[in-house]
Amino acid sequence: MSPRPLFADVSSRLAARSHWHPLEVAFWLAAIATIYALPSRHLILTEIAILGLFALSLDLILGYAGIVSLGHAAFFGFGAYAAGLLAKHGLVTEPLLALIASGLAAMVLGFATSFLVLRGSDLTRIMVTLGVAVVLREIANRYAGLTGGADGLQGVEITPLFGLFRFDIFGHTAYCYALGVLLVLFLVARRIVHSSFGLSLLAIKGNPLRAAAVGIPVNARLVAIYTIAAGYAGVAGALLTQTTAFASLSVFDFDRSADLLLVLVIGGAGYLYGGLIGAIVFKLMQDYLSSLTPQYWPFWIGLLLVALVLVGRERMTSWTRPIRALAARLDWRDARGRAAIPAEGR
Amino acid sequence: MLTILFDGIAYGMLLFVLACGLAVTLGLMNFVNLAHGAFAMAGGYCCVILVNRWGVPFLAALPLAFLFSAALGLILERTLYVHVYRKSHLDQVLFTIGLVFMSVAAVDYTMGSSQTFVRLPPWLEGQFNVGGVGVGRYRLLIIVICGLLTLALQLTLARTRFGSRLRAAVDDARVARGLGINVGSVFALTFAFGSGLAGLGGALGAEILGLDPIFPLKYMIYFLIVVTVGGTSSITGPFLASLLLGIGDVAGKYYVPSLGAFVIYTIMIAVLILRPQGLFVRGGAR
Repeated sequence: MSPRPLFADVSSRLAARSHWHPLEVAFWLAAIATIYALPSRHLILTEIAILGLFALSLDLILGYAGIVSLGHAAFFGFGAYAAGLLAKHGLVTEPLLALIASGLAAMVLGFATSFLVLRGSDLTRIMVTLGVAVVLREIANRYAGLTGGADGLQGVEITPLFGLFRFDIFGHTAYCYALGVLLVLFLVARRIVHSSFGLSLLAIKGNPLRAAAVGIPVNARLVAIYTIAAGYAGVAGALLTQTTAFASLSVFDFDRSADLLLVLVIGGAGYLYGGLIGAIVFKLMQDYLSSLTPQYWPFWIGLLLVALVLVGRERMTSWTRPIRALAARLDWRDARGRAAIPAEGR
Repeated sequence: MLTILFDGIAYGMLLFVLACGLAVTLGLMNFVNLAHGAFAMAGGYCCVILVNRWGVPFLAALPLAFLFSAALGLILERTLYVHVYRKSHLDQVLFTIGLVFMSVAAVDYTMGSSQTFVRLPPWLEGQFNVGGVGVGRYRLLIIVICGLLTLALQLTLARTRFGSRLRAAVDDARVARGLGINVGSVFALTFAFGSGLAGLGGALGAEILGLDPIFPLKYMIYFLIVVTVGGTSSITGPFLASLLLGIGDVAGKYYVPSLGAFVIYTIMIAVLILRPQGLFVRGGAR
């Protein structure tokens, strides 16, 4: 057997993976439809979009590169404060530019700290990421003159978007803005994970040693994805600051990193939509449960986490199976791709 | 100066008692137990209830706090933890964080969210002078108890049959199993004992560290620092690490309060980068 049919098989399969699925289109159409359909819910929808973006960022490193992080809030918080300071001191007044600047700042931080997560086991990574978040929180707390310390960053004035759209108290502009940013960054992430770069990350997640043996520069790839993910988290944080015109120390909280893991685990890691779906489920659940008992909401998060692990994450996320079955039936391109592949090629 | 050293030693000893159980569980099963602080909190609140509400003498409440946490540890280990050992680190982290959140909310619900203190007997309050050094009675008690415990632990590990089994299991669980050591039960006992020690530490430390529902979250990183800096292959490593951390933290907060706690965290990250297996580890233990 010559390698050509195999090669063609592999590349057509990989190409099929990156095709847009009808359900994906439906998801985004539904998301855009909420702008008109649910105008009274725009505040919570904005929170969902921001959390979704943040979870997407974690998915990039956890679901695709297999890095367990307990301190992802470090980048979220860094972006949040960067956006807040840029707006407060009038350095960059255009929100979108400030957003990009904050994302870049978080990327720089991500690049600098990425070398810390290259070494060691899962435990070392957990502790290093946790440590970085704690150090940043401590710094933000100490330099109260710059950050406002425990009182939070006050007096942040966000100018109208593009000089045209004012951020209103009902959150209409904020939601359109957040959703737009989420969509654009999602498209970028989708492109990234379906590229050969993304595939090499999956190889590293599967087995770093073998990945290195087939010629993948493991460390360079991990640094790259960690930096990108940090940028995403920074943008999410900056969105939070811009839409609420406030940044507080809570952006660095351990709870935020831990909740984020839960969000991603609810939706399932490693297919990009997990974070978004998880964010929707998480926020709705939080909205409902904390209206019952606001103070004891962590208890339910904890119970859910324990149950998730004991039952098994795979089994818990099997509630998506009917949807996936529907997806498979709907996927006409996949069927066509399969027909094109000669039977002996498999 | 010497007073700070003394306070630092007391603090460090306390941290050691709190964290040594974690060191052993981590080394033995490679299990990331972020919920260790919850057992310490359980012991602390047990002591508070016994002393403040039921009027049990403080010294009698300490062993009871130990037993309470140990029993709690044993029950949870046998019912819940045992299912999680074989899962990935991510699962272990999620699971133990879940336990922490549950314990935080449950204690908040039952005990209230404000900080609680144990009512100390009068003979433990105040301090006396020894050659110009102010020695707090309570801190002296902590040093004595923790010192004795450390000695006892070291002797148990080094001299008894259980100790050698435990060390064998830590060094290489698979070979130990092959030699007929029931690693599971060794682990269950150790887990219970470690939780009990944490509970005792929580009871002793309620006065110094403060006891409130977010205790497990607040001190989680300290325990982890002790374990990572000290390594998990011996008892002396975590002991030295706790002393260093205790003295460093007390001195740091006293001399350079503006830098605060973040010197400690920076040092931890540096140690993790340079010596991922800990500072006081013989090469090739694992």
